[in-house]
Amino acid sequence: MKARVTVTLKNGVLDPQGKAIEGALKSLGVEGIDGVRQGKVFDIELGTADKAQAESQLKAACEKLLANTVIENYRVEIA
Amino acid sequence: MKSAVIVFPGSNREGDVLRALNSAGSDVQKVWHAETELPQGTDLVVLPGGFSYGDYLRCGAIAGRATVMDAVRTHAARGGLVLGICNGFQILCESGLLPGILMRNANLKFICHRQFLRVERNDTAFTRAYAKGQAIDVCVAHGEGNYTADEETLKRLEGEGLVAFRYADAQGHVTQDANRNGSMNSIAGIYSTKLNVLGMMPHPENLIEDLVGGTDGRGLFESLVSSFPRAA
Repeated sequence: MKARVTVTLKNGVLDPQGKAIEGALKSLGVEGIDGVRQGKVFDIELGTADKAQAESQLKAACEKLLANTVIENYRVEIA
Repeated sequence: MKSAVIVFPGSNREGDVLRALNSAGSDVQKVWHAETELPQGTDLVVLPGGFSYGDYLRCGAIAGRATVMDAVRTHAARGGLVLGICNGFQILCESGLLPGILMRNANLKFICHRQFLRVERNDTAFTRAYAKGQAIDVCVAHGEGNYTADEETLKRLEGEGLVAFRYADAQGHVTQDANRNGSMNSIAGIYSTKLNVLGMMPHPENLIEDLVGGTDGRGLFESLVSSFPRAA
């Protein structure tokens, strides 16, 4: 089973990297961009075929390591 | 007094800290991150600076979950002293021993320069050799030192007097200019609630010899050593 975990910064957390990317896009002449927030994507292979089990394993992975819940949110999608 | 310096893959300041502790009069042992226990009789645990695990995922995230950190947590829960410098501070935040997180510097630059800090209190095991309000001349070298915490945590840190050091000018004035990484409230270091865990971004271990620019960092190590009766 495959899954994708997306980790993003919580609202209100300053993201200087996103700001720099936003500035770079502006300087490249890419128009219409009002804001950029940078996040992370993890593509994960799971041994189980059981969706409920996969969900609980992925939740543990996110809570224990993949996201720092002080500043980040995470979203799990199972293929 | 016995110190244990934890070494992770990618630590690189363990030698400096070992030297600083030795010259202040502590026995020091290096401890590999995969150990499950600290050496018998460890009084102080130091997490040195560096780039543990190449800063992968988030700075300090992987080291913060290393096997040895369970032993460090137990040591801290018993009231044992823990000092995290630079990457060590990041590891303490990621391991849950200190609140908040060190984000990318606000100006996105790796900063590496001499830096004055204001000593916020001198009644802890880490700072008794300094005066309250003293400006000490140390140095910083980091890309992720921008201390960030939620409003409630920040209020608690300030209310309980848990801010250890703030970025300041040579006179000890906390100014916006001195805060080069964008840290909230100019925070350079914080204590745990029981004042036995200290995390700080700057490097006191680099300023212990006149030969290399100054000795203001010595006070921190001398404070620690003087907190313990000398072994017979």
